Amino acid sequence: MAEKKIRLHMAERSVEERVKDFNEVPQGYTPEQAIEEAKRCIQCKNPLCIKGCPVEVNIPVFIKLVAEGKFAEAAEKIKETNALPAICGRVCPQEEQCEKECILGKRGESIAIGNLERFVADWARKKPSPAGHKATLLSQRERVAIVGSGPAGLTCAGDLARMGYQVTIFESLHVTGGVLTYGIPEFRLPKAIVNLEIEYVKSLGVEIKTDMLVGNVYTIQELLKEYKAVFIGSGAGLPKFMNIPGENLDGVYSANEYLFRINMMKAWQFPEYLTPIKIGKRVAVVGGGNVAMDSARVSLRMGAEEVYIFYRRTQEEMPARIEEIKRAIEEGIIFKILTLPVKYHANASGWVSEAECRQMELGEPDASGRRRPVEIPNSDFRIQIDTVVVAIGNLPNPLIPQNTPALKTEKWGGVIITEEGLTSIPGVYAGGDIVRGAATVISAMGDGKRAAKAIAALLD
Amino acid sequence: MNRIIQKNKINENIFRIVIDAPHIARAAKPGQFVVVVPTEKAERIPLTIADFDREKGTITIIFQIVGATTKVLDSIPAGGEIAHLLGPLGTPSHIENYGTVVVIGGGVGIAEIYPAVKALKAIGNEVITVIGARNRDLLIFQNELSVVSCQLLVTTDDGSAGRKGFVSDELKDIIASGKKIDLVLAVGPVPMMRVCCEVTKPHGIKTVVSLNPIMLDATGMCGACRVQVGGKTKFACVDGPEFDGHQVDFADLVARLKPFKDMEKRALDHVCRLLGGK
Ligand SMILES: Cc1cc2nc3c(=O)[nH]c(=O)nc-3n(C[C@H](O)[C@H](O)[C@H](O)COP(=O)(O)OP(=O)(O)OC[C@H]3O[C@@H](n4cnc5c(N)ncnc54)[C@H](O)[C@@H]3O)c2cc1C
Ligand code: FES
Repeated sequence: MAEKKIRLHMAERSVEERVKDFNEVPQGYTPEQAIEEAKRCIQCKNPLCIKGCPVEVNIPVFIKLVAEGKFAEAAEKIKETNALPAICGRVCPQEEQCEKECILGKRGESIAIGNLERFVADWARKKPSPAGHKATLLSQRERVAIVGSGPAGLTCAGDLARMGYQVTIFESLHVTGGVLTYGIPEFRLPKAIVNLEIEYVKSLGVEIKTDMLVGNVYTIQELLKEYKAVFIGSGAGLPKFMNIPGENLDGVYSANEYLFRINMMKAWQFPEYLTPIKIGKRVAVVGGGNVAMDSARVSLRMGAEEVYIFYRRTQEEMPARIEEIKRAIEEGIIFKILTLPVKYHANASGWVSEAECRQMELGEPDASGRRRPVEIPNSDFRIQIDTVVVAIGNLPNPLIPQNTPALKTEKWGGVIITEEGLTSIPGVYAGGDIVRGAATVISAMGDGKRAAKAIAALLD
Repeated sequence: MNRIIQKNKINENIFRIVIDAPHIARAAKPGQFVVVVPTEKAERIPLTIADFDREKGTITIIFQIVGATTKVLDSIPAGGEIAHLLGPLGTPSHIENYGTVVVIGGGVGIAEIYPAVKALKAIGNEVITVIGARNRDLLIFQNELSVVSCQLLVTTDDGSAGRKGFVSDELKDIIASGKKIDLVLAVGPVPMMRVCCEVTKPHGIKTVVSLNPIMLDATGMCGACRVQVGGKTKFACVDGPEFDGHQVDFADLVARLKPFKDMEKRALDHVCRLLGGK
């Protein structure tokens, strides 16, 4: 059979339709499409894709099952190592992980592993198999406390519960899911899917206590008196600002505030939901990552007429997923590359009205290997805008380290851990963005898994 | 959890609720606050912990109906439950034996100073408490504060109770009397705190204020509460709410309090319709 060089793409809703609502953009494969795409896999003897996956999903085996139409078995296979496939299938940067390693990519397009994972997870969600993944609840073992209900905390909790431990998650917000809930918008990750995964973790016997800010309500040391081990998955919740003049004007939001108001507090349904947000007609989003793309695309859906991305390097250096950059461009987001805002001006009532920007050019590569942006002298120009979203990154949440002197951190705030995820305090583990800084869902899950293993070994 | 076990009307617009929240009472310290989400569709609003009882496991909150979410909070009767309650939040007041401390409260700020007055007195300070309101009906917590203060001075704008004038007038007089003041703590409306800072600054009297910017998560994740202190950006919900008043950029604070004012009116109208014009 002639090898198909091109992958099968998912159907997407038209731009005109999708920018008017918060529903998902790609529509997922039909069973026939999934089988067709899965058949492209050549079933390498020595599959490199698995090595590209932070949680080592057995990719060739699940794809073979899909090719044979055995979707339930494929779902089982994935769930062996990945508890949140419907989420990962949607938001993982596959192009930099499993798909990057795929041998088909050398001569054509790599197999669409992410799309297949998504298909399988959605199929299983709609047709829960009776054998399902029922918790093999062993005798109730020791109690373990988890801080944070993002992907790191949920994964660690789920794995420990499956091993029979009594797990309690402490979450500071009134809603669970971490960034999956308050950060990533509905049109990219439907909350119904996130909630289902959380319900699954709960069904394993995990207790989730919301409105519990660890550090303030209970310190880590206090938790250690009640629980045999603690896992800290408190994420990278501290928004960075540029500290330029005018950044405190009305109309300038951090991406966290912007997305939190809209996604979590449902400001788009104001006044039925009471949290307000004010978005003007011309929005500037500063940054080039997923958070920036999400903020820009949310702005369109909130009724903005012109949405800019200000990024100081070029599109090539943008850390956002290629797929999301492509969709942002399709939707009409205007990319102002090599553009650095240096000052915001206000109108008479104190609302932001103009961004003063500097033109940049690319110089020598920096430590990250990306070419360093350099300012071009006397190149300042102004753009009229009435809303600014600062999406230049987040740092590890400083609250627990501040309240826990014995917890060692890097200078930039990341909690220091060993290979196994152990912190400087015996019995206390950490993982996800609190350790890595703003990273990815899958790496947070990988950390949660690894810590669960280490905690089980400790308590055994 | 989060059950309102007692509710009193202090005046037309101000209410006191005692809430069953043992884990918060256990950890609470003067100067800290909670986030209240009265119902699932309401906002997250910060309210100061006006008192706490570790043994009974309760906290007391004084709130004034100013907008939609406080209106919704008021619709929950004694015996009812608050959907979400998070705390204690913020950095506690720094309580030590300074010597003589003047604690100033204005508006609902009068209730908010109560735990600090109590704690400052208990540790050995001479505490002179000054409270002020527009008129007699808006004066709250007078009895409670007179019990825990060494001296309680009262002012009203219209002279209907205590001295006619502002709390800052009393503050000026205490300073003019030559009494040595080691610390001033001022909690209340922004103009009141700003004026108190202007009064103390020439005399070099350390003045702490409690800031009330717009908050969202109140755990340091969004920056909605950012304020300028000593030329640096601080997040009031975690770095504060108390700051050195002489370093605070009050103009910036005032500007950042107003962006949603018109929407708050719409939200309030919506809530009033739902609650049946109550
Ligand atoms: C807008 C946006 C888009 C993104 N897009 C992608 C994407 O497409 N693909 C991808 O892989 N990654 C993406 N990411 C990154 C990804 O979401 C994170 O890397 C991941 O969620 C980190 O997981 P975590 O469990 O470490 O932390 P989080 O998801 O941040 O969860 C931490 C949780 O801990 C809670 N918490 C914090 N402090 C305390 C405390 N003291 N006590 C109790 N609870 C506490 C927080 O409230 C939060 O719920 C995106 C991030 C954002 C913001
Ligand atoms: S309220 Fe969000 S950081 Fe303070």
